[in-house]
Amino acid sequence: MEEQELTQEIKPPANTKGAARWLKDNLFNTWYNTLLTCLALVLLFFAFKGFLTWAFTEAEWDVIPANFRLFMVGSYPQEQIWRVWNAIYILSVLMGLSAGLWGGLVRRFAVVLSGVWSISALLPVELSTRGWCLGANAMIAVSFFLGRGRTGLRPWILGGWILSFPVIMVVLRGFGENGVLTSNWGGLLLTLILAVIGIVVSFPLGVFLALCRQSNLPAIRWVSTTYIETVRGVPLITILFMGNTLIPIFMPGFDINQVLRMMIGITFFSGAYMAENVRGGLQGIPRGQHEAAQAVGLNYVQTTLFIVLPQALRSVIPAIVGQFIALFKDTSLVSIIGLIDLLGVAKSVIANPDWLGLQAEVYLFAAAIYFAFCYAMSYASQDIETDLGVGKH
Amino acid sequence: MENNSPKVEPGKIPFWRDVRVLRVLFQGIFLLGVILLLAILYRNMLEGLRGLGLTLNLNFFQDEAGFGISEGITYDPSDTYLKAFWVGVLNTLKVSIIGIVCATFIGLFFGIARLSSNWLIRTIAAAYVECFRNVPLLLQIVFWYTAVVAQLPNVRESLSLFGGAFINNRGVYLPSPEPTSSLKIWLWFLGAGLLLAVFLYVLRWRQLQRLDRPGFRAKWALPAFLIVALCGWFLTPGRPFTLDLPALQGFNYQGGMSFSPEFSALLVGLSIYTSAFIAEVVRSGIQSVVKGQREAARSVGLKEGQTLRLVVLPQAVPIIVPPLTSQYLNLAKNSSLAVAIGFPDLLGIGRTMMLQTGQSIPVFAIIMVSYLVMSLTTSAAMNWYNRRITRIGR
Repeated sequence: MEEQELTQEIKPPANTKGAARWLKDNLFNTWYNTLLTCLALVLLFFAFKGFLTWAFTEAEWDVIPANFRLFMVGSYPQEQIWRVWNAIYILSVLMGLSAGLWGGLVRRFAVVLSGVWSISALLPVELSTRGWCLGANAMIAVSFFLGRGRTGLRPWILGGWILSFPVIMVVLRGFGENGVLTSNWGGLLLTLILAVIGIVVSFPLGVFLALCRQSNLPAIRWVSTTYIETVRGVPLITILFMGNTLIPIFMPGFDINQVLRMMIGITFFSGAYMAENVRGGLQGIPRGQHEAAQAVGLNYVQTTLFIVLPQALRSVIPAIVGQFIALFKDTSLVSIIGLIDLLGVAKSVIANPDWLGLQAEVYLFAAAIYFAFCYAMSYASQDIETDLGVGKH
Repeated sequence: MENNSPKVEPGKIPFWRDVRVLRVLFQGIFLLGVILLLAILYRNMLEGLRGLGLTLNLNFFQDEAGFGISEGITYDPSDTYLKAFWVGVLNTLKVSIIGIVCATFIGLFFGIARLSSNWLIRTIAAAYVECFRNVPLLLQIVFWYTAVVAQLPNVRESLSLFGGAFINNRGVYLPSPEPTSSLKIWLWFLGAGLLLAVFLYVLRWRQLQRLDRPGFRAKWALPAFLIVALCGWFLTPGRPFTLDLPALQGFNYQGGMSFSPEFSALLVGLSIYTSAFIAEVVRSGIQSVVKGQREAARSVGLKEGQTLRLVVLPQAVPIIVPPLTSQYLNLAKNSSLAVAIGFPDLLGIGRTMMLQTGQSIPVFAIIMVSYLVMSLTTSAAMNWYNRRITRIGR
């Protein structure tokens, strides 16, 4: 009897739960918070009212669907568009497999991605586009179920991701005259490619520079430090201008088009930042690791390859994601040089006499795309940070 | 130091296994490689320049520039290229310094707002930060320039703020203070106030030391100085400053201070973009001070303000300063995006020089040196400051 009385459920005291209590705790707990809340509400009301009135009554959003293809791929020829879809399919298969294998964050992204494809297929688009979208969706779904639970496949899939980069480049470019010249790449496609190249190609350069900077041979250290600090001290746009005008001067006899010159400029720029990120990881490796490696008789190359780099690189993944986000935004600078990336397309659409005076609509759309990508990536990086337990070991 | 390892006589090691020889050899090979690479590039450059029919030559800096610059210090198209470049350097410095000040204030505001106990304020601040830091700066600057500033009403229908400031599509016009002859008298008052303030500051400092208690050292000095300055302002015959109001004359506003549309768009873009990053720096800096520190300070009887000033900030500031410095440097470097909207900063003027003279290599060199000097001096100053506060803090 007594027992039962003791375990009797006790209700929480009145007035500690519920919406009213939450409002009181979070919005009206003190007199100045009440004042701030009211002020913020009034401001928000006017801001939203102004924006929504503009967006639904004055803005002419027709410009977006009319130029949608331009925004996505620029002047990539219509009859070769299957190349882009093939690239997307390769990524979809890898995405689906990874989602099945790892679950968690990758699965969430796969779900969002297939949601995007489904919605795209429902929009009033051409029949072929609808087919491609549904195909991508199917790819993700099928490979998800194929990959589920087969943990043995993991190293293969990682290899697949690394291999996918050159493969996709070849798919997008094709061969010779039958393919699509890099000068025809544009829109969001070009923005993404520039950012990915900036990270992937600059990665070996960055690791090499970081190791040089940590070297105990002064000549090597000084050369590397000079390079890194010089590049980090000047704005990206100067380097892009230099790439644009100086590469033809320094490399006479090679015909390097503007897109390639920008890729080279971005890689050299990004390499210096990558080096600093990797150096952060290298410095985080305790001395004991080096000493232990030496004690078991490993030489410098072995110590670096098998002991130091695997630990250092793991810990700099979040920093590299951060760098990727920054680079993704920075690729918009190529539009100053004259490339037609996402921002370049926006500029050219505004300059089109058919769509005069629609700056706000076009730029807001471009901003929304950039935002979606950057936000998704920073969300992912927070998740990776928690997964890796950075700063918790 | 006792060394247990067997002694090796230097003469007995073959030179290809002697670390000292290897070090020198390896560095020599590396340097040789670098020099070879530079030499190849140099040869290519000469060849390339010959192909373009150009020769390297630095004399053009003394030639007449011959192009106009829309804003900056006094400059005439008949001045030299060097002078033109200097105008650009000053324009870059102007927009960077004003931008840094604005971005710091806005960033501080939103950084603190993100820590507010009010859910609505916290959420608005978070939305502000996420919106502005996830969209490319160039897009923002171009947006402000073409979709906002260029869409403002024309001169005749200018927006007017308090009757003294005017905004139209030709720029922003603000009243500016103009010193008058009675400024000298007021300066005497200021000097006297300053002396009094120093005296009171020392007095208060001594008192705090004697009492061995924490406190605000400028508690007496600051109000005293303000009172003297204010009295002086009213006692001076006439006013030390008059306001020069912009007024519509002919086709535009004259008088006061004015900012061009390019400058305004660039400044707004830079300040807002950087402020989103600074807000994050401030927030994480303050949050990095563990909660226990705050609670301990409260439990030994410090007031809320004292807790912030004596416990939280001294620990947060050394954490905030290094990332803040890199944000300042980013802002200065990002000011080069001015070329996208035609503000004549050092890169923009450098480009004009390049197009006119064809001397791209020396012009790029001078542009890079200018940016490097700015970056290196700022980071040196900040490192010095950082060393100083970390020494005090620990």
